[in-house]
Parts: sequence; structure tokens; C-alpha cells
Amino acid sequence: MTVQSDLIPYLLRLGDSALIQGQRLCQWCGRAPALEEELALMNVGLDLVGQARNWLDYAAELLDDGRDADRLAFHRDERAYRNLLLVEQPNGDFAVTMLKQFLYDAWHLQVLKGLGQSRDERIAGIAAKAVKEATYHLRRSAEWVERLGDGTEESHQRMLDAIPLLWRFTVELSSPDDGENRLHQARLIPDPAAVAAAWQAQVAETFANATLPVPAAASYFYLDARRGLHSEHLGILLAHMQSLPRAYPDATW
Amino acid sequence: MYAQLVETGVKHVKSLEQMSEQERAFQEKIDREIKIEAKNWMPEAYRQTLIRQISQHAHSEIVGMLPEGNWVTRAPTLKRKLQLMAKIQDEAGHGLYLYSAMETLGADRDEEVAKLHSGQAKYSSIFNYPTLNWADMGAVGWLVDGAAIVNQVVLQRTSYGPYSRAMVRICKEESFHQRQGYEILLTMMREGNQAQKDMVQDAINRFWWPALMMFGPSDEHSPNSAQSMAWKIKRQSNDELRQRFIDQTIPQLELLGCTCPDPDLAWNAERGHYDFGEIRWEEFYEVLKGNGPCNQERLATRRQAIEDGAWVRAAAVAHARKKTNKNAA
Repeated sequence: MTVQSDLIPYLLRLGDSALIQGQRLCQWCGRAPALEEELALMNVGLDLVGQARNWLDYAAELLDDGRDADRLAFHRDERAYRNLLLVEQPNGDFAVTMLKQFLYDAWHLQVLKGLGQSRDERIAGIAAKAVKEATYHLRRSAEWVERLGDGTEESHQRMLDAIPLLWRFTVELSSPDDGENRLHQARLIPDPAAVAAAWQAQVAETFANATLPVPAAASYFYLDARRGLHSEHLGILLAHMQSLPRAYPDATW
Repeated sequence: MYAQLVETGVKHVKSLEQMSEQERAFQEKIDREIKIEAKNWMPEAYRQTLIRQISQHAHSEIVGMLPEGNWVTRAPTLKRKLQLMAKIQDEAGHGLYLYSAMETLGADRDEEVAKLHSGQAKYSSIFNYPTLNWADMGAVGWLVDGAAIVNQVVLQRTSYGPYSRAMVRICKEESFHQRQGYEILLTMMREGNQAQKDMVQDAINRFWWPALMMFGPSDEHSPNSAQSMAWKIKRQSNDELRQRFIDQTIPQLELLGCTCPDPDLAWNAERGHYDFGEIRWEEFYEVLKGNGPCNQERLATRRQAIEDGAWVRAAAVAHARKKTNKNAA
């Protein structure tokens, strides 16, 4: 094992997660509950797709097999995608969307803070820019979780319904594989255990403010995005997102 | 133009002699190019006309997100996706500016949106046309935003201060979108394959006439124009703006290497302008009446968004109240 062979899947995980989360936010276009939310959802999505491009650019350089970030985004099948299972879940109602965003943001911000200290300057540079964006994302999504959790009876119930839909996928946020542990030892990425602990603390705090119960830690189940074992939602998302580049594989846009 | 047919409710423009003292003072202010501000006296018809025009403009920004939302999930590269997302975000922002400008006139945003959803208020006819291929994102940026800019550049000098200032801000961003749209088409024409070039020509064929319709009815069929011009809400006639748009757009079309779907288009050296064919006015009025290709879908999507979001807005209000109570206690 070289550091590189651990780093590539890790970069793909960061890039793919940001891209798929951004793609899900694009699906809200014109359908948000208020004009201010149209703006905010697209704003967050824009940040994430921008970050995805940075991570995929770097992954492509390390891969050095002729593919670029676009090739990675638009010409990989679901079995080769490495995004968190959480972000590929359907948008559902606004409660599902905001809870998903929050669970991701709370993890993402911790990861980016840690990556800002990476020994790899390229990683540290990308993370330093992204951390500002993720700070804003988390502030916003945590506020929505609180507003909806501690809003009306209906909004509270909708949040209660959203939790079991998404919670099982949080197992990925706190179960590092060997590659990640090696990357941490090489001081390229933050300690996954510390990230998971900070994530849990953030969830506990926000859920408490939102008057929502924190479920017991999610446990491992069959799906595992690190091995390309996704839910059935990703294939359809990719079929849609990749349709044009797949139809005209050699086109310049 | 994003507000292409605005009723003034005025049949004859009054002469200065026919005006009351208040009206005359107002008109003289307009004539001296002094901007009208929110707290100034204004004729009720002026206020209502502006509310109609600015709300129509704002609604257009919002409904205009939908044809692009149709492709933002399918943009062919990360760069194009980012550009389109940034553009859609700007449009939501323009909607917000414009609703704020409208509210300075005493109108209520939610009430005006309700009028849109019930079909009482209009939005630009252009957004009732479907986006059928990726080149449409370029054509919309280039032609539709291009037409909007021709109109909005003039509106920077409109007589109502808050509207004029909104236009200054919006024009900067729109120009950027227009260049990006054109660049999408240029890339497809210069570096693309035959299928891509066909997409570009197809998009132009479908959007050319609807873009010309954005300037509204011809001057002879524009009964509201005289009053809007006298109030200097409008600064130039529909036909003048349409001609300017055509004159500046045809060289860009030629640079693309595309053709115009108008067999009557020809340079007229005597006039120093392009002559062009007759617009299908029947289609224009049908689309305005709600019988265009996407009118039903567009309004249904917007209505659904607001209906589905009712519980979210209620939760935000309830939570804000709880917080206020907590802070007071």
C-alpha cells in the first residue's frame, strides 16, 4: 500500500459526496418553500459542486490515467462512486432535506477543519477555502433543524419521521477503514475518531435545541459506499446527471 | 423585457392644464428628471402601474428559474453546472430585490405572489417555452437575458428611484449571464460535433421569435405606452427596443455561424437598421393569456412549491415566536 492508493479513494469520497449533495440541492430549484430558500439552497449547492471539482481535480492528477474531474464525475458508474450513502438519499420533504444537510455539514466541517492541517499542502489549501463555506452551511442547516424540530407540532413530527430515514446511514461517518487510519497516521487527514466524536457532540447539541431525541449509534449494515455498495437511489441520480456526457462522450461543452 | 404588457388603467394622457395642482407638480418633477421616492406623493395610477410592472418583473425572475432548473441537474460539465447554479442563484436574488422595490410602493409580496398563482398577474411570456436541449441554456442566456438587458439598461433611468436602483444592480449580473450564455453557444459551434451544432441552431430557431416578443406588442397596439412614457416609467417604445436588440444581436448570430429563422431579415442601408419579418402576434397573445406550451406547468410548479412549503414557513414563524418569548422571560 502506498499513501497514494489510500489517498485517491479518500479524495473521491470527499469530491463525490460534495457533488452528489450539490446535485440533490439542484433538484430543489424552483420548488423551495420560500424565495430566500431558493437562494440559500442553490448557494450551498454551488459551494459544494465547486469543492467537488477541486477534490476531483486532485484525484485525477494522482490517478494520472488521462481522466480529468469531468471524466470522473460524468463517466463513472455507481459501483465506482465513493460518496457517503447519506447524501444520495432522496430529498423527501424539507425536513428530510435539511436533516440530511445538517448531518452531512456537521461531519463535513469537522473533516475540513482537520484537513486544513494536512501535511499535503494541496489538501490543506482546498480545505482552508472550503471550511469557510461549510461553516456557513452548518450554521444554516443547524438553525433549520432547530426551527423545524422546535416549531409546530407538524414540523416536529416531520423531523421525527426524517430521523429514522437517514440515521442508519450515519454509520459511515464514524467507521473509518484501514486506508483512512493509515492516512491519518501519515498526517494527511484528521483522526477519524476525533471527527466522529465532534460530529456526535454537534448532533447532540443541535438535537437538544431542536427538542429531538438522539437515536443510539447506527450500526453496520450491508451497504458500504467505500466498496461501491450504494442504495438504489444513486444509479438513477447518475443516469440523470450523466446523460449528456454519456450520449456524446467526446464532445466539448 | 420581463414586464411586457402592463396596464396603466389610463385611457388618455392628461395635459398639464387638465391636471390638479398636485398632479402637475408631480409631472413637472418627472419632466425635470427628478426621481420619485417612496414617500413622495404620486398619482394612484402611477403607483398601481409600477406595482404591476415591478411585480411582473419579479415574478419573471422566479418563474424564469424553472426552465433552467430543468437542465441544472443535467449540465454536461462541472464548470457549466457551476455557472448555471450561480445564474439561478442570481435570479432568485433579483426576485428579492424587485419584490423589495415593489413593497416600497405599499404592496405586499405575498399578496402579489398569490395574484401570480391565481393567474391574475403575469410574468414574461418567454418562460412559457420549454427548454429541450442543452443549447437552450446558451440561447436563454444570450437571447433572453440579452433582450432583458436592452430593456433594463433603459430602465436604469426609469422615474421611480427604487426601481431604477434595482435595475442598476441587476444589469451588472445580467450582462455576465448573457456573455456566459453566448460562450456556451460559441464553444458548441467552434469545438463541438455536428450534433452539438445542430442543437445550437435548433435552440436559436425556437427562441428567436419568443425573444423578440419579450419587448411587448408593437407600438401601434400598445395602448398603455403613452402614459408609461409620459411618467417616464418607460423610456423607449417597444419597437425601438426590439429594433435595437435585433441590430446588436444579428452580428453575434453571424459570428456564431448560425442562421436566423426569419426569411425576411435583411440589412436596410437606408434606415441603418435590419428589417425583419412579422411577429406571430396571435401566438404572443395566446401565451400571455395562459395558452402557451408551458404556462400550466410553470404555474403549477410555483403553486406547488408555495403550498408544499406552508408547514415550513409556519414552523419558522412558530419557532421565532418561541424564541422571542424565551428572550422576554
